[in-house]
Parts: sequence; C-alpha cells; structure tokens
Amino acid sequence: MSGTYLGMPAFPEAAAVSTQNAQLRANLSHATRTIRDKRAAAVAELTDWPELRQSGREIKDHTLRHLDRYLLQLEEAVTAAGGTVHWAADAEEANRIVADLVKATGEREVVKVKSMATQEIGLNEALAAEGITAYETDLAELIVQLADDRPSHILVPAIHRNRTEIRDIFADRMATWGRPAPEDLTDSPAHLAEAARLHLREKFLRAKVAVSGANFMIADTGTLVVVESEGNGRMCLTLPETLISVVGIEKVLPTWNDLEVFLQLLPRSSTAERMNPYTSLWTGTTAGDGPRHFHLVLLDNGRTDTLADEVGRQALRCIRCSACLNVCPVYERAGGHAYGSVYPGPIGAILTPQLRGTASEVDASLPYASTLCGACYDACPVAIDIPEVLVHLRERVAEQGTGHRAERAALRAATWLLDHPAAYTAATRAAVGTRRLHPRRLPLPGPAKAWSDTRDLPAMPEQTFRDWWKKNRGEGKTAR
Amino acid sequence: MRVALFVTCVNDALYPDTGRAVVTLLERLGVEVDFPAAQTCCGQPQFNTGYRAQAERLARRTADAFAGYDYVVTPSGSCAAMVRDQYPGLGCAGLGDLPDRVYELTEFLVDVLGVTDVGACYPHTVTYHPSCHGLRMLGLGDRPLRLLRAVRGLELVELPGAQECCGFGGTFAVKNPAVSAAMGADKVRNALSSGAEVLCGADNSCLMHLGGTLRRQDAPLRTVHLAEILASTEPEAAAHPQPDAHADPNGAAA
Repeated sequence: MSGTYLGMPAFPEAAAVSTQNAQLRANLSHATRTIRDKRAAAVAELTDWPELRQSGREIKDHTLRHLDRYLLQLEEAVTAAGGTVHWAADAEEANRIVADLVKATGEREVVKVKSMATQEIGLNEALAAEGITAYETDLAELIVQLADDRPSHILVPAIHRNRTEIRDIFADRMATWGRPAPEDLTDSPAHLAEAARLHLREKFLRAKVAVSGANFMIADTGTLVVVESEGNGRMCLTLPETLISVVGIEKVLPTWNDLEVFLQLLPRSSTAERMNPYTSLWTGTTAGDGPRHFHLVLLDNGRTDTLADEVGRQALRCIRCSACLNVCPVYERAGGHAYGSVYPGPIGAILTPQLRGTASEVDASLPYASTLCGACYDACPVAIDIPEVLVHLRERVAEQGTGHRAERAALRAATWLLDHPAAYTAATRAAVGTRRLHPRRLPLPGPAKAWSDTRDLPAMPEQTFRDWWKKNRGEGKTAR
Repeated sequence: MRVALFVTCVNDALYPDTGRAVVTLLERLGVEVDFPAAQTCCGQPQFNTGYRAQAERLARRTADAFAGYDYVVTPSGSCAAMVRDQYPGLGCAGLGDLPDRVYELTEFLVDVLGVTDVGACYPHTVTYHPSCHGLRMLGLGDRPLRLLRAVRGLELVELPGAQECCGFGGTFAVKNPAVSAAMGADKVRNALSSGAEVLCGADNSCLMHLGGTLRRQDAPLRTVHLAEILASTEPEAAAHPQPDAHADPNGAAA
C-alpha cells in the first residue's frame, strides 16, 4: 500500500491523538450523523431492501467462488472490444505497468478518477518517482492532494475538513498545482465548487492520459462501470486519448443483469441517493468516440490470499460504499487516519490486515479497533459479517503472539481460574474481603490504569452473589 | 419448569445485587430458581479477544453446569448472545442444546412467562440504554421498554442516540482506552441531557463503564440494572433507595 502509511503508529496510539482533536471530532460527528440519517431514510424507501441485500451477497459470493472463470471471460471480452488486459500480482507490478504505459505515450501528466485501488498501491507516489504528475479530479481528493494530506474516508476523503479549512487550502495551494484560486474566494460551497471547477477544467482539456478505477466490471460484455456524483469521472473517461483502469480482481460481476442489483444498493448505501448523478460505462474502444487506447490492469495485491480464507473472504464482497464507516462509533471518534490504511473504518479493519497481513504493529492492532457493536453488519448492503471477521482475525493475531504476551498470560490465568470454580470462588471471596483496600484509580501502567484514567473502577460488593446464594438459598448444584 | 440462573462472572463478583434482584423477581412471579454453582464465565472475553481454545473450555464448562435445566436465564444480553450466537460456531463437542435454552431476562419474562407488568414500583425518572449485543445479536426489540413502561411510578424518558454503542466492548475498553472513553463521555452526555435520575440497562458491563465515567465526573445520575428496577416493589423503600450498588461504599467521591 501507499508509502505514506509506512511507520504509522498502532490504532490505539493514533486514535488517542485524534480523539483529542475537538475540531476533527466535531467535523466527523456532524458529517457521519448527517449521512447516516439520510441513508436510513433512503434505504427505508425500498420495501425489498433485505432481498436486494441478499441478492448482492449471493451474486458476489457466486462470482468469488468462480473468480478464475469470470476473470478469464472478462479478459476475453475486453480484448475482443479493443482493450488490452494486464495482470498485476502486487502493488509494485501494477505501478510498473501503469508507469510504462504512461511513458509510452510520451506524456508527463495524467488526470485521475477517484480510485481506492490506485491509493492502495500508492500509484501517485510511484508515478511521481518516474517524473509523472497525477492530478486528482474528484473534489474531495483534490482537497486532500492540495493539502498534502491523506484521505480520511472511502467515499468522502475530506470528511475531516470543514469549509473554512478548504477555503484556506484552495487559497494557499491551488496556484502551485495549476490555475490559482480567485482572489476573493469565500468559504461558500458555490464559490469553492466554482474555484475547483475552473482549476480542474484546465486539466481535463489538456490531459492526454487518464487513470481510473472501476466500481464494477462485467465479465460477459467486458464493460467497466464508474459511479460518481460530480461528472469529473466522465470527463476523465471520455476526453483523453489513453485510458488506464486499475481494478481489483474482486470487482467483476458475471453479467450485465447483475448490475441492476448493485446500482440500487450502492448509491443508497453510500450517498443516500436513489440514483447517483453519473454512471459511466465503457467497453473497450470505439472508433471516433472516447479514448483510442484502453488498458485494464487487473490487481491482485493480496486478494487471492484473502479469498483462500474461509471466514475472511467475505470482505471481498465489499462495494466500497462506506455505510459501515458512517455508522461506526469508533470511526466517528478516531477518524480515518488513525487506521493507518487507505481503507479506514470497520471494512478497513478487516480488509487491510488481510491484504497486508498482520505482521506490522498497525495491522495487528486493526482487528481490535472495534467494540463489536454490530452496527456495521446491520448497515452493510452485501451483508459482510464484519464482527465475525474481526474476531477471526483477532485469533490470527493472538496466535502469532506479537505484542500481546501479557494479555495472553492474563487470559490463560483467568481461564484456568474460571475453569476451576473452587479456586474462582476463593479468588472472588478474597477480592471482596479486601474491598476497602481497593483504590478507584490506579497509577501503574496496565489494564487497570487504562480503565481508571477516565473511569472509576467499580467498587467491590460486601459479598459475591454465590456466597449470598449459599447462605440464603443453600448449596445448589455442587461446584466441580 | 426447571429454571437456572446464569448470573455471569461480572454480576457474581461485582454486582451481586443484580443476581439477587433476578431471584427476587422470578420467585415473585412463581418461578423456582436454582443457581448451579459450577458456572463461572461464558468465555466471551476469551472469544472476543481471539483466544478461541480457552473460550471452548469455558463453553464446555458452562454447558455442563446448565445441563438438565429447561431454561437458563441471565441478566446479561451480551452473555446470552455469546451462548446463543457464538457457541454453535465454536463447533466443539459437549455443548448440547444449551444455546436453545438460554434466555436473556427480558426475553424470559415477555416470551416465556408472558408478562410485561411484573408488579414493580419504582418512582423515578429513568432512561434506558439498549446494549449492542441485546439490541443487535439477540434482537430484544422493545421488550425492556415494555417492561419498564408497566412499572408503577416510573417515568421513562428517551435517551438521545440510544442505539449507539457506549464504548465498553469488553477488552476494547482497555485496549483502546481513548476511543472507549470518548464514546462513554458522549453516551453519558446524552444520558444527562435526557433529564433522567437513573440510567438503566440490561448489561452491567456497559453500566460499569458508564457508571465509572459518571462517578469520575460526579454527575447527578446513577446506573441501575433493569432487573433491580423490576424487582423493586415498596414505594417507601424506592423513595429512599438503598445505597447505589454501583456507588463507592468508601464514601466521598474522588
């Protein structure tokens, strides 16, 4: 993934910093609350939402089960339509393919459609290293790029910024990337949008090469689909001479008919719209219309490994709608950056450790970045049981034993105690017996301090329940 | 009808009043309750933290302890959800049909005993926090609210953002203390804004987190388990409530 995420601290440390940022929390809280209320209303309009959700899940599962077949069919259809298909095993290979394709055109700049896959592989940075400048054209991505920042949300990358911050970013930075912002720029949405529009228009009209991702790929026709709100995507997809699309292999759907399910699930789940404003579809190349050269880079980058995991593979159903981010109370407080990954929030917490592995500290911390409250599972339009995968990945992290030695010892000791009721009874009785000695906050590092920094420890009662029962109701069944 | 109380380890060691309230309540409703002493913990902390083999050991112990009872009733939606939703997936031998016999307290009252008015009296303003596992995994729905609405003298007020997680999350509370505390602070602010005297819930783990947050702030709101409200009958006693089970017996606040 993107080099900009290397060296990120683990989630708890990063979140401890971001939760202290009052402006960030206010921005996130306001934005996620607005989106999730609107989304709930949009979803409630459809009486067959549960059936649609089930269809989405089944189509994705079927496709993943026969992924090899559908990818080969897709390659054949794209090639027959005049496109060229490239296969990339990892980020490095994908970046090399794209850089070589751009260099072959003789160009030194590309315009980009917002794409999670190209962020995942750090394409912009890889192109920059080859002397090629990549211009993001999605409004939010533009804000993030101008600010030399990182996206904080899958759908709304600049969710952590408010209007005043955006005005300042435009005024300070636009000139270094192209057309400057107007002198009298205010923070009104119309002014900001017009400034971005003028800035971007120059790039659309000049660019000879565009790079995109895709929301879906249709195996039987070789068609790619981009769903967006602003129209910048359509400009990039139609104006340049060469179009290069980098797409994760899990984005394929078997047939054109399958698309109707996802074109209902995606916009309602993501932007709370009945239909997104722009749906662009392209199939290879067409003489006299659109790009003359079309390249499709099919990206693995950990996806086949994810597919091999029986529990974890359901993460590949994800259609990147962000519904799970918008309902997640942890995401709302910590913000996207704390996840140290281009995929933040609940889906990031299960997707990233599968794509990257759990060896690094940040990746090992992600499966624990959840209270398992289940709101994400309820919201997911393709019914990914995110809590189930989180627990599954926690098992993987616990097994590898990195950085959790004290926890392992504590849980082993607790389990032994809990599996021996006589010892357990004695231990709880001892705790109750010494209750007057227990402080309400603890100075030493460890779980008790982590608890009592902000919360009082619970006071011990005078008697455990089991001792009360024994005294008042008799023995019950004998302890074994 | 053989009914066993699954008190849970948290209630046994820290909140015995909740266990006693369940016994009082069920006996008042004519149910003979037993407490199998071989029970300890359902294994949820182990399971949710990634220690599956240890969770399996405790699951087998729990199934063994409750063998032979028609109903196993617990004042914890979270532990009921562990047994019902997670035990089948553990796939280890010896669990029998325990998942089918486990009932969270409000489910047992409403679905099995068929009562919503349990004859309780509790003259206080109360707001209810539906804990996530009861809400989403068990689907308790409005059962707790129906029971609360039938309590004499009780004024039920709405909790803003009720369905949002309180930030406890088991080991999450110590593994991610900053986020946990931020969520708890927001929940507490919402509870205070409801104007209630009592923040009620059906899971003492969440109430431990919220009660600890409230006490640290010296906030004028106390946490009480739903079972203790449903067990209350005497208006005189309720008007002068017992010292808060969640309060510090040592006296002055820090």
